[in-house]
Amino acid sequence: MAEAGGAVKKTDTEGRIWLGLLAVLALLAVIPGAIGNAFHAHVLVLILLYASMAQSWNILGGYCGQISFGHSVFFGIGAYGAGMAMVRYGSAPWLGVLAGALAASAVSVLISWPCFKLRGHYFAIATFAVVEIFGRLFLVWDWIGGALGLDYPIMDDSWTHFLWSSDKTGYYTGAVALFALVFGVVRSIEGRRLGYYMRAVREGQETAESLGVNSTHVKLTAMALSAFMAALCGAFFAQYNYRVDPPMVVSLDMSMKFVLITILGGMGTFWGPLLGAAVLIPLQEYTRTYLASLGAGVDQVIYGLLIIFMMVRQPRGIMGFLAEFGILGGRSDSAGKEAGDASP
Amino acid sequence: MAESVCSRPSNGGTILADFSQVLIDGLMNGAIYALVAAGLSLIWGVMDVINFAHGEFLMVAMYACYWLGSLLGIDPLFSWVLTGAFLFFLSAASYLLVVRRCIGRSAMAPLLATFGLSIFLKNFCLNRFTPNFRLLSGTIMEGRVLHVMGASVPLPQLVTALFSLVVLGCLYYFIKRTRIGWAIQATAMDREAAELMGIDTGRIFTLVFGFGGMCVGIAGGFMTSYLAVFPEVGALFSLIAFVVVALGGFGSIPGALLAALLIGLVESFAGFYIAPVIKYVAVFALYVVVILIRPKGLFGW
Repeated sequence: MAEAGGAVKKTDTEGRIWLGLLAVLALLAVIPGAIGNAFHAHVLVLILLYASMAQSWNILGGYCGQISFGHSVFFGIGAYGAGMAMVRYGSAPWLGVLAGALAASAVSVLISWPCFKLRGHYFAIATFAVVEIFGRLFLVWDWIGGALGLDYPIMDDSWTHFLWSSDKTGYYTGAVALFALVFGVVRSIEGRRLGYYMRAVREGQETAESLGVNSTHVKLTAMALSAFMAALCGAFFAQYNYRVDPPMVVSLDMSMKFVLITILGGMGTFWGPLLGAAVLIPLQEYTRTYLASLGAGVDQVIYGLLIIFMMVRQPRGIMGFLAEFGILGGRSDSAGKEAGDASP
Repeated sequence: MAESVCSRPSNGGTILADFSQVLIDGLMNGAIYALVAAGLSLIWGVMDVINFAHGEFLMVAMYACYWLGSLLGIDPLFSWVLTGAFLFFLSAASYLLVVRRCIGRSAMAPLLATFGLSIFLKNFCLNRFTPNFRLLSGTIMEGRVLHVMGASVPLPQLVTALFSLVVLGCLYYFIKRTRIGWAIQATAMDREAAELMGIDTGRIFTLVFGFGGMCVGIAGGFMTSYLAVFPEVGALFSLIAFVVVALGGFGSIPGALLAALLIGLVESFAGFYIAPVIKYVAVFALYVVVILIRPKGLFGW
């Protein structure tokens, strides 16, 4: 790992990123006072939610290099964990959230253990197939509400229920907590042994294995962590929407959101998921609102064009653009070098 | 393809008649899947690019055929020539404008760029043509049904399936027996070596993308004679095409045909003998199981 040489410099970068995260959190604590409008608050909650989703995907896709299009399955399991606790057992969602997240981790390990044998496009297509299988099974599974899904009963606004009907403050606080949890976990993994192993597997699985890294173990750990956090995001999504049904959570489109936001922001970078969500979500929400007169689908047309533009122009995402213009350049370059240094 | 299976009238209900009906439905659907998948397979095999907009190309072809039929009165029996040509140019243009610019930068860039293209095409059609289902009526083959071994076979599906086989045969001949086909094979095997032999691989890639689009354009043209058109129509076909290609081994047209027939049969048998909702679960589960045993597909190398 050659830790001795880079130790001083590394703690420096690491400290800076932790400080950055604290600064973002402090900023997030101040923002709600500045915006009175509920729609802006809604957009802000979505940004934090999608940033957390993208970051949970980033652990596996960005740091470990395994491009999964199956994350909506874990997202859906988490959403159903919360939904079932609320609707079937008429209680608070918390235990259901935990059960859903653990179930998502277990399912992710069971699915990916064989799938990790596949490489490249084959792995990607196998994960599509998994989404289709789960999506259709959820549709016919009566215990969890089948195609109708689960509609939340009317309950009091409270932290116990994690439901608020009148204002967004509770959800906003919850979203900030989710964001802090997911980004904090990823940041702390990034600097640990597991983080280096993951990047080593991404840069060259054979090389990493020849140096004694158990790549299957590393990939499965990354997958289980990633699925756990995706499920937490799913639970938040269900609570926020007051309902959950299969096409809403387990779909290829939802899976692609995980991938696209991360890639738009910058895959394998710490800030990429937040930047991607901060650009994509407002774009989508505001164009949908303000361009509604142009007819259905205009927001998605712009979204599609943006993705094409990004892939053609700078596949490394917004972080790549920033590096190109010299802003944040040092940091993202050194992150890249660290990743490269991890393998030899 | 739920519509085609469910809409057939009950025919006495003997076990043999049911069986032959399910068998024929499966084979017909399979042949059509093969044509849809052939274009994808060609592109994947030669360029190692997954064209995510493949299903949307099918949708565009179906809209083109629908409008040719309803505005100009051209029957799908003839308009497939036009939709095939149209899709050749659309597909080649999307290679030149989008895919070419992101090949070689990262493995996922072309896939995601074509995903962006698919969102664009789908929502552009949604915006222009509304999400409503549109079924072309008054076509020559409309409502004609043949009866074979107690099974009823709708003529539009049968003609589409048979024609798919003919197009696949032509494509196979083209790849295996013509100079351009040889150049395509050479490019697929080793791009640099092909360039050293004087093959303009950039032109070959454009052609391959064009032919991929042409296959789906022809398929879409014919399918409009019995399937309703709507912006989401391509989604399921593209997923099935991915599975067909991965199952058949990429780049192999006979592999794609066999895999497509297998998938058509699994779909119709699981749908009839187990439950209609299970049919795609069975298809995708079969794929996952096969791919775990043979990671390069049934017929891949």
